[in-house]
Amino acid sequence: MLPEAIEAMTEQLARVGNPSSLHTAGRRMRRVVEEARETIADALGARPSEVVFTSGGTEADNLAIKGLYWARAPKRRILISSVEHHAGLDPAHWLAESQGARVELLEVDEHGRVHPETLRAAIARDPDDVALVSVMWANNEVGTVQPVHVLAAIARHHGIPFHTDAVQAIGQLPVSFTGSGADALTVTGHKVGGPMGVGALLLARGLTPVPVQHGGGQERDVRSGTLDAPAVAGLAAAVRVAVKEQEALNLRLSRLRDELITRVRDAVPDVVLNGDPRDRLPGNAHFSFPGCEGDALLMLLDAKGVECSTGSACSAGVAQPSHVLLAMGADAAAARGSLRFSLGHTSTREDVDRLIEVLPGAVERARRAGLS
Amino acid sequence: MGLRVLAAMSGGVDSAVAAARIAEAGHDVTGVHLALSANPQSHRTGARGCCTIEDSRDARRAADVIGIPFYIWDMAERFQRDVIEDFVAEYAAGRTPNPCLRCNEKIKFAAVLDRALALGFDAVATGHHARLVDGVLSRSVDPAKDQSYVLGVLTREQLSHAIFPLGDSTKAEVREEAARRGLTVADKPDSHDICFIADGDTRRFLADRLGSAEGPIVDETGAVVGSHQGAHGFTVGQRKGLRIDRPAPDGRPRYVLSIEPVSNTITVGPRAALEVTTITCGAPVWNGPRAHDDLTVQLRAHGEVYGCRFEELDGGLTVELDRPATGVAAGQAAVLYSGPTVIGSATIVSAA
Repeated sequence: MLPEAIEAMTEQLARVGNPSSLHTAGRRMRRVVEEARETIADALGARPSEVVFTSGGTEADNLAIKGLYWARAPKRRILISSVEHHAGLDPAHWLAESQGARVELLEVDEHGRVHPETLRAAIARDPDDVALVSVMWANNEVGTVQPVHVLAAIARHHGIPFHTDAVQAIGQLPVSFTGSGADALTVTGHKVGGPMGVGALLLARGLTPVPVQHGGGQERDVRSGTLDAPAVAGLAAAVRVAVKEQEALNLRLSRLRDELITRVRDAVPDVVLNGDPRDRLPGNAHFSFPGCEGDALLMLLDAKGVECSTGSACSAGVAQPSHVLLAMGADAAAARGSLRFSLGHTSTREDVDRLIEVLPGAVERARRAGLS
Repeated sequence: MGLRVLAAMSGGVDSAVAAARIAEAGHDVTGVHLALSANPQSHRTGARGCCTIEDSRDARRAADVIGIPFYIWDMAERFQRDVIEDFVAEYAAGRTPNPCLRCNEKIKFAAVLDRALALGFDAVATGHHARLVDGVLSRSVDPAKDQSYVLGVLTREQLSHAIFPLGDSTKAEVREEAARRGLTVADKPDSHDICFIADGDTRRFLADRLGSAEGPIVDETGAVVGSHQGAHGFTVGQRKGLRIDRPAPDGRPRYVLSIEPVSNTITVGPRAALEVTTITCGAPVWNGPRAHDDLTVQLRAHGEVYGCRFEELDGGLTVELDRPATGVAAGQAAVLYSGPTVIGSATIVSAA
C-alpha cells in the first residue's frame, strides 16, 4: 500500500462512528466518506454523486452487469468482450444460465482488441434488445488497451448503457469517467496501492441498476451496507496519488517494460509477445514460451527470486489455458506456456537484470520437462 | 547442502508430516499436490476419495504452515490413462488390478518423478508408511499401516530417487506430530478404498464403463448354477453377491474360483477349491538385496503373509507357499520379502 493510503486509513481506524448515523461521531465519519468520494470523483473525472462504494472490483462488476441487466428488463442481450476478467464474464454467464439473458461475446483480434466495427455489427443485429455493453478498459492478462471512448460512443448512440472495468487502467493510463463516455466504470483499491476489500462503481446520474444486495439504502440505494470508512479513506488517498503520479509512472514503466521485452527477446529468441505491441498497459509484458509449461517456468523463476504469474487458476488450482489467449486465437499449448511479468512503482532495472540472468536457464529446464 | 526435494502432498496427514520432516532436515522442499481427477468434487465425503478441491486446499494450508512453496500439478490425463483405464482393462481381462500400486509405479514415481528430475529436483518424497534406507525398501514399524506392498513394484532406479520419511513412525505418532506442528490435517480420516470411485461402488463403476453382458455361473463340473450381468463384477475369492438360487450339494457357501472373460463365465466352488500353494508370476522386478533367508510373500494389500520358496524361470517366477492361500487373484502383485526387507515383486498370472 502507498504510505499516503496507510496513513489515511490508519488515521480513521481508531475512531468510532457509523457514517450513516446522525450523532456527532457518525457525522464525523460521514465527512470522511464524503471527502473520499469527492477526492475520487475529482481524480477520475466524475461527479461525487457518481461514486458508489463497493467491496472491490468484483462487486462493482456484478452490480453493473446484473443490476443494469435487471433494470433494463425485458431486454435480453448482453454484449461483453470475450477477454473480460471473470468478475465480468461470470455474472453475464450466470444471467444467461438462470435469468434468461443472451450473452454475446464480442470477438477480439489477435492482439486482444475489440474493434468498433464488431460492436457496431453486434448491436445492429437487434439494437432494441440490448440490455448493456461491457468492455474492459485494459486487459489484466495481456495488457491490451481497448478503444473504450469509441465503443462507449457507439453504445451511447443507441442509448445502451456502457460499462467498463477500469481496474487495471487507473494509475497506469489517463482515466476520465465523463471523458470516456462510459455509464459505469469499475475501480478497485488494491490495484492502485490502496487497501484490499474496497472499490467503487462510478455510475452516471440517472442510471439506477437493480441492487445486488438490499438493505439500509446506502449509496444511492443501489448498494446497501455500512461503509468501511477507513478503507474508503485509504482508497481515496491511493486513487489521488496514483492519478497524480500516473503520467510519470507511465513514462518510467513503459521504458522499463520496453527494455524488458527487448532483452527477453534477445535471451529467448523464439518467445512470442502477447497483446497489443503498442497500445498496452505500461507495466505489462506477457509472453508465450514455446515448448514450456507456464507453471513449470513460474516455479523455476520463483525459486530464483523472480515472481510472475500464469493465467488465471481455476478453483482447484489446476491451471487452465487462459480464455483471453484462446479468444485471441492462441492454441491450448501456447496458452499454457505463457507468463506475465508485471511492473509497478517498486520495479527497477535490477529486477529486469535478475530476470534476464535466470530466464534462459529456466526456459531450458522447463523445455526439458516439456508440456506434460 | 541439502537435496532439492519435491514433496507430493495429498492434503492428508501423512504427506504433510513427511514434507515437514524433510524440510526440517535442511532440504530444499517444494510441495506439489497432484490433481488426478479431471472433475474434482468440492468436498470429500468421509474417508473415500481424494483430489477434491478441499484436499488441495488442505495441502496448500499445510505447505503454508511448513513454510515451503506449493504448486498443483495437473496429472489427470496421465492418471486417467495409466491408472483408471488400466484398472478397467484389467477387470475386462478377468484380472484384479491394484490401482494404488499402479499409481506409484506409473504416476508418482514415473510421470511426476521424471518431470521433477527434468525441473532440477533430486528426489520425490511421499507420506507412504515404508522404510527406505540406502535404496533398500522395507516394512514400516507400524504393521497395520505398512505400505511397502504398494511400493514393491518400484525399480531400483525409481527407489533411488524416492524418500519415505515416515517409515520409522507409527500412524499414531504421525498424527501426534502433525498436531504438535500445527498441521490442521492431524485429525483427517485415513483414506482407503479406491480414490477415483467416490461412492465406493466398484461394480457399478465397472458396469458403467464395460456395460453388462449376461453370462453363466458354473460349478466345478461345468453345470450352470446361475447367471451374472458381467464377469468384470467379480474377483477371485468373492462370496457375496453371487445370487445363486440353487444351494451347493453340501450346503456350504460357494466362492468365485475363476473368471473367464472371453466366454464370460464365472466358475464357483467350495472354499477348499480356492486354496492354492503354487503361484505363477510374470514381469518380476528385483529391487532389493539377493537375500534368501526368512522368505515371505504378500499377495494383496494388507493381506496375509506366507512363508515361501521361489524359483525364477524364463522371465517369470514360481512361488511355492508353505501353507495354502485363498483368493489369490491374477493381476495382483506378489511382493517378496526377506524378513522385513522387500527383495522384489512380480505380477500374479495364475495359481494352483
